[in-house]
Amino acid sequence: MLKYITKRILQVIPLLIIVSLISFFIIRLSPVDPLAELRLNPSISQETLDKEIKRLNLDKPIYIQYISWAKSFIKGDLGYTSAGEKVSVKLKERIPNTLLLTAIVIFMTWIVGIPLGILAAINKETAFDRMLTVISSIGMAIPSFFFAILLLIFAVKTGWFPVGGLTSYNFNEMSLIGKIIDISKHLVLPVIVLFTISLSGLQRQMRANMLEVLDSDYIKFARAKGLSESKVIFKHALRNAINPMITLLGFEFAGLLSGAALTEYVFQYPGLGRLILEAVMKSDINLVMASLMMGTIMLVLGNLIADILLMIADPRIRGAK
Amino acid sequence: MREMLTKILQDKFAKIAFITLVLLYTIILFANFIAPYSNTYSNRDMSYAPPSKIYTIDENGKLTRPYTYNYVREYEPSLMQTVFKQDRTKKYYIKLFTNGHLFGTEKSGQLYLLGTDINGRDVFSRLLYGGRISMTVGFLALLVVFPIGLLYGGISGYFGGIVDTLMMRFAEAVMAIPSFYLLIILAAILPGGMTSVQRFALIVVILALIGWAGFARVVRGMVLSIKNEDFVLAEKTIGASNLRIILKHILPQTTSYVIIAMTLSVPSYILAESGLSFLGLGIQQPDASWGNMLKEAQEFTNILYRPWLLTPGLLIFIAVLSFNLLGDTIRDILDPKSQKRI
Repeated sequence: MLKYITKRILQVIPLLIIVSLISFFIIRLSPVDPLAELRLNPSISQETLDKEIKRLNLDKPIYIQYISWAKSFIKGDLGYTSAGEKVSVKLKERIPNTLLLTAIVIFMTWIVGIPLGILAAINKETAFDRMLTVISSIGMAIPSFFFAILLLIFAVKTGWFPVGGLTSYNFNEMSLIGKIIDISKHLVLPVIVLFTISLSGLQRQMRANMLEVLDSDYIKFARAKGLSESKVIFKHALRNAINPMITLLGFEFAGLLSGAALTEYVFQYPGLGRLILEAVMKSDINLVMASLMMGTIMLVLGNLIADILLMIADPRIRGAK
Repeated sequence: MREMLTKILQDKFAKIAFITLVLLYTIILFANFIAPYSNTYSNRDMSYAPPSKIYTIDENGKLTRPYTYNYVREYEPSLMQTVFKQDRTKKYYIKLFTNGHLFGTEKSGQLYLLGTDINGRDVFSRLLYGGRISMTVGFLALLVVFPIGLLYGGISGYFGGIVDTLMMRFAEAVMAIPSFYLLIILAAILPGGMTSVQRFALIVVILALIGWAGFARVVRGMVLSIKNEDFVLAEKTIGASNLRIILKHILPQTTSYVIIAMTLSVPSYILAESGLSFLGLGIQQPDASWGNMLKEAQEFTNILYRPWLLTPGLLIFIAVLSFNLLGDTIRDILDPKSQKRI
């Protein structure tokens, strides 16, 4: 098992190198001057500017630029944003927020989506199942940013939820419990948006898996030997139906990272998605490169975790390795 | 094809979805004719005018031809803002087939079915023009994605070995970048000063660059299982070239998957384009797309007091929902093994 995990981790490394190559060349070959903002910013000294030019080797050919960028990236030196802040500080501030958001959403979709999928499969073609199908179709079709805007209207009209951000202006004066309540209040709306969108897909997938398993021979056998329905479903069907969902966990994480960008933007949520968006708008190359790499690393790690979980859950995969 | 259509029309949801889509495409095809205003129309004095009210009963309580009143802007001192009031002095009757449009009023009249935007442009007309972009961008992106994905997946799966490994690692790397991040970066590096047609074409290409990898991977998987079949061996024996075998004999076997994947992926392109344009990175003003029309809904005052600016979101929703329902049904028809939706 340890061997398998090591192998998977080693596979990630060439992947990250290719990703960094792709993104580096896309950005560098574009007609955008990576230091344009930095040059225009009066608070940036010529010294910092020279340091950046030297660090990025902007006067050298592109492949040397890449090598030097990769070197400093591995060392953890991500350079400065166009506003003069350290990129690494900025990322440290934003990544936990995005992880918090996605973790809550994934947790909630699993808690709700899996049982709903099972229920829909057991009650196949009943009014309940049909209703869930209609609701999930609606959930899949609503654009995340549009839904976010609708919720904003709701928040403004009722005044029940704060509109935007992650913390209130007086956050620092609050007690610990006050802080937790404040953050949760700010999280409600973005979580609802992402939850609705990813729940639909998860519920459908679970239903389809469950139906497939319920149709298999070993379930027919379990029924034939007179097991109670609950035993058939929870002991035999569920365990097999849930395995493909674990693989899906990685994809769900990927989808959430992308989906969160627009949601974060509408709610002014201080996450990685909004960071990269702002960086792109300001053509802040250091920040774009770093957050793109971080997003990719998070995604790859998400897939890796899903693979390891699958191995723990599925004895067939464990046996094969 | 005809058989498929009958089957689609048998399903209740798919029927509604199909009719909705046909209707939407017909409307945007004749947008120039149906929209009461041209796509360059803008009335600067009338920014954010509310939807025109249409009356069919006149002041004496009698039924008449539908008519509307113009709005005039007035400053309301008590509210400290300008408000729109109806100018009740002159009625404007709504006429069919006027000035080369399906309906409209006299030249001096205003007919804003869904109000106007910040530049005093008729939202209803722009919805139709915007639909042209939003509803076609998905299909055009597919036209780019599918040849690339098919060929890439076909070559990778057919040759196997080191070619396969290298090609798949590259595809996996593209898939490993969070797609929306890649999308906004590609859109942001587009040089400015392009014509709207160029920009539209490049947006299509960018959307395609995001989608091809996943598709190529599935095609490769299918090719792997097809290439060991007897008919491929027979082709090889009679000396057909590799490219010929891939293009003429292996790839056609994937047709039903391709059709399913196509209908199911149109909505994601529609959503991606609208998301990009919503952020201001996609289709640019003055061209309309449903996404960039929603850009105005980012302001609180707009969404609270000018709800008609939200209508593009509703249309995106309807279009995506219809494509999803239709795609599900087509999958059920072409791939009986997959689970029935209902």
